[in-house]
Amino acid sequence: MKRGLEGPPPEQRQAPVGRRNTQGIRIDPEVEARQDPRRTVISALVEHEPGVLSDVSGLFSRRQFNIESLTVGPTQDDARARITLVVEEPDPGIDQIKKQLRKLVPVVSVHELEPNAMRRELALIKVDAERPDQVAAVADMYGAKTVDSSPETATFEVTGSRQKIDAAIETFGQFGIREISRTGTTALARGTDETTGPSPAEASVTSAEAAKQDSYTQPADDD
Amino acid sequence: MSERAASVTPTETDEQDDEHIDDSATPEAATEADSSADDAESGPVTTGAESVVRALENAGVEYAFGVQGGAIMPVYDVLYDSDIYHVTMAHEQGASHAADAYGIVSGDPGVCLATSGPGATNLVTGLADADMDSDPMIALTGQVPTEFVGNDAFQETDTTGVTTPVTKDNTFSSDPDRVGTDVSEAFALAREGRPGPTLVDLPKDVTNGETDREPDEPKTPDTYHVQERADPEILAAAAERIENAQRPVLLLGGGVIKGDASDACREFAIEHEIPVITTMPGTGAFPEDHELSLEGAGMHGTGYANMAISMCDTLIGIGTRFDDRLTGGIPTFAPDAEVIHVDIDPAEISKNIHADYPLVGDAETVVSQLAEAVDESPQATKWRAQCQQWKSEYPMTYQAPEDEPVQPEFVVEALDEATSDRAIVTTGVGQHQMWAWQYWTYTEPRTWVSSHGLGTMGYGLPAAIGARLAADDDQEVVCIDGDGSFLMTLQGLSVAVRENLDITVAVLNNEYIGMVRQWQDAFFEGRHAASDYNWMPEFDKLAEAFGAQGFRIDEYDEVADTIEAAIAYDGPSVIDVHIDPEANVYPMVPSGGDNAQFALTEDQL
Ligand SMILES: Cc1ncc(C[n+]2csc(CCOP(=O)(O)OP(=O)(O)O)c2C)c(N)n1
Repeated sequence: MKRGLEGPPPEQRQAPVGRRNTQGIRIDPEVEARQDPRRTVISALVEHEPGVLSDVSGLFSRRQFNIESLTVGPTQDDARARITLVVEEPDPGIDQIKKQLRKLVPVVSVHELEPNAMRRELALIKVDAERPDQVAAVADMYGAKTVDSSPETATFEVTGSRQKIDAAIETFGQFGIREISRTGTTALARGTDETTGPSPAEASVTSAEAAKQDSYTQPADDD
Repeated sequence: MSERAASVTPTETDEQDDEHIDDSATPEAATEADSSADDAESGPVTTGAESVVRALENAGVEYAFGVQGGAIMPVYDVLYDSDIYHVTMAHEQGASHAADAYGIVSGDPGVCLATSGPGATNLVTGLADADMDSDPMIALTGQVPTEFVGNDAFQETDTTGVTTPVTKDNTFSSDPDRVGTDVSEAFALAREGRPGPTLVDLPKDVTNGETDREPDEPKTPDTYHVQERADPEILAAAAERIENAQRPVLLLGGGVIKGDASDACREFAIEHEIPVITTMPGTGAFPEDHELSLEGAGMHGTGYANMAISMCDTLIGIGTRFDDRLTGGIPTFAPDAEVIHVDIDPAEISKNIHADYPLVGDAETVVSQLAEAVDESPQATKWRAQCQQWKSEYPMTYQAPEDEPVQPEFVVEALDEATSDRAIVTTGVGQHQMWAWQYWTYTEPRTWVSSHGLGTMGYGLPAAIGARLAADDDQEVVCIDGDGSFLMTLQGLSVAVRENLDITVAVLNNEYIGMVRQWQDAFFEGRHAASDYNWMPEFDKLAEAFGAQGFRIDEYDEVADTIEAAIAYDGPSVIDVHIDPEANVYPMVPSGGDNAQFALTEDQL
C-alpha cells in the first residue's frame, strides 16, 4: 500500500519569488544581506532586590546574547540600582535585548545610550617597579593615580574610556604587568538628557517610521 | 546539616491526613459551595499560610493541584478548612500539567502546589511547558526555613534559581506580612498581558510565621505595564495594506485564544473574506468547517495552508510568535508577504519574522481597531478561488482498507463524530498529537489542549484531569495519547479514578515511539535506535488495575461501538487502540525546510 497523501509533488507547485534573510527581513533574493554587529551601551534601572542581577545575566546567557561587560551599582534612589551593559550584536539583536530586558518584572526602564554618552571604566594595573621613573612617566601620561607601591611593584588606578585603558595597559606592558583588574563600563547620558527611560509602558514601537527602520547611529567608542 | 533541618522540617514520611479526601468534598460539592463562599466565615489572618490561602480565595480559585510534603504543610493545613478543592496528584509533574490545562480551558490561572526540593523540581516541566505556551498558571512551592536556606538543608533546592528561565516571574517570599500579597501579585501577573506561569517560594517559617496582614487584592507590580491599544499611525498604515492586499491571509495564533479574541477575528475574517490559517496553539480560534478556513500550517499543517502561507502577499499574524515548527526555514517563510503582526508582547515583534506593521496591543482590542479602520475589503476573489483549488488538490485523506491494521486517522475521526462540537481534546506529544490535530474538526476556542512549544510527552492525561475540572459538565474530555507518552504519566489514572473524572483516554498504540521512528525511517536509514517499544503493557488491563474502565480495539469493526461505550462510561476509561504501527504523519515539512515544499510521501522528503 502506498503511504502518504495525494497531490502534486513539490516540483510541480507554484513557488513564491521573495526571500528573507536569516533575521526574517525580506531581501532582494539575489543578495543575502545580514547586518553586522555593533557595540553599544544599554542602561537599565532595576528594583534593588535580591536576584535581579541573576535575572538579567541569566537572560543574556539563556538567549545567547554576547555581553562585553556588565556593571551594577546603587543610585540616588535606595530602591533602585543601575545596570550598565555593553553589548555587541546586529541591530535586531540589540532590539531584542532591550525588549527582553523590559519584560523582566523588576526592570523599571531600559535605555540605549547615545553615542556621545559619558562612558567610563576603571582599571587597577599592578606592574614591576624596577624602573620607577619611567613607570611614573607612563602613569602621568594616562593620568593614572598610584594606589600602592612596594619595593617590587607599583599599582595604578586608571579611569577613562575602554580605549584609553587598553592603551594604558599596553604601554605599562613594557614594565611587566603582574595583574590587572577592570570594572567594565559604567555610563550616563550627557547634559540634561535622561539615562533613565523610556519606561516599559512607553517602550513599544511608537511610529510606523521607527518600525520600518529602527535607525541607530553608530556610537563612537571614545569619550 | 540535614539532621538539623530534619528536626525542624518533617520528612516525606509524615503521613497526609486521609480524611482530606472525604466524600462530601467532591468537585461538585466544591462548585456548589462556591456560590456561598462569599458568606463563608473566615476569621482574621493569623499566619503567613492563612494569608497565602486567603489570597487564593480572593482571586476566586476553585481548584488546586498538588502533592503534600514537609515544607508546604502549613499551607495545606489551612487549605484543609478552605472551600478551595485540592486535587491530590500522583506526581507533581501531573499537578503542573493539570493546572496548566485548567488555565487553558478556563482562562483563569491554574494553581499547583508542591513541597520544597524534589516536589519543586518535579513541577519544572509543567512550568516550562506553560511558559512556552503562555498559559496562565501559578505554582506555590514550600521551602526550607529561611535560616537553613543556602545550607543544603534537607529537601532544599534553589527553586527560584531553577525556575527563573521557565517562569514569567518568580518570588522568594521572605516575610509573613508580605507573603499573601506576593501570592496575589503572582496571580495578577500570571493572567495579565501575555499570560504565563508565576511561582512563589514559601519558606516554612514564613508560612508558619505570625501576621495579621490580609493580602492585598491581585494587582501587578508598578514596574509591569501592558499596552492595550496599537499605535494609531501604524494601525492606519496596516489597514491600508489590508485594503490593497491581493493575496491576504489571517494567521491566528494561541494569543487569539488567550486574549479571547476569537469572535473578533471571526467577524473580521468573514466580513472581509480573508482566508484563515491557525497555528497549532491557535487551533479552535476559527471554525475549521468554515469555507475560509485552511486549518493549520507548518511542519504537519495541511498542504493548502502551507501553499497559502507561502504565496500570500499580506500576512496578518495575530498572537503568534512565529515558532520554527510553523515557519520552517526563515528565508522561505511567506517570502512575498508584508507582515502585519499583532501581539501584546513587544518582544515578539520582529523576533523571528520582521514585522512591517507592528501592532503592539491586546489582540481583541487591536482587531477591533483594525475592524474599524479597514473600510474596503481586499479584492481577493481569485486568491480565494486559488485557496479552494489547493484544498481539492491536497485533500487530507488516508487509505483505510478493511483488511489493514486500523489507521489512526480513522480512530480520531470516529472519536470526533462520537462527541459534541464543544468536546475538549488533550494529547501527548508525537504522531498521535498530529493526527489528533489534523483529523479532528475544531470549531471552538479552548477545546484543543496540547503541549506546543515544549512538546512534552506525558502531557495528555494530567491535562485531561485539569481540563475536566475546568470544563462544563456537558463537554466531553478526550485524551488522545501515544503509548510512549501515556506511559510517562499514567499514574494520574489513580487520581482520575479517585475523583471519578469522566475522561476518555484513547491510546493510539503503535508499540513505537512513533514520531521518532518516522524520523528514523526518513533521516536515519530506518535504524530504529531505542524507538521500538514492543514491551508495552496492555493498557486496558492496566486501566482496570487502577479501577478505571478498560477497552481494546484491534479491528475496524470494533471502533465505533467501543468508542461509544467508552464515551458513555461515566468515569475514566482507557481504550488501548492497536493501530497500524507503520502509519506516518503527512504532509511533512522537514525542520528548517520550505513550507511550500511539504512532502506528501516519504519519497518526497
Ligand atoms: C518528555 C519527552 N521526551 C522525549 C521527547 C521526544 N519525542 C518526541 S515525539 C516522541 C515519540 C512519542 O511517542 P508516542 O507517545 O508513543 O507517540 P507516537 O509518536 O507513537 O504517536 C518522542 C520520544 C519528548 N517530546 N518529550
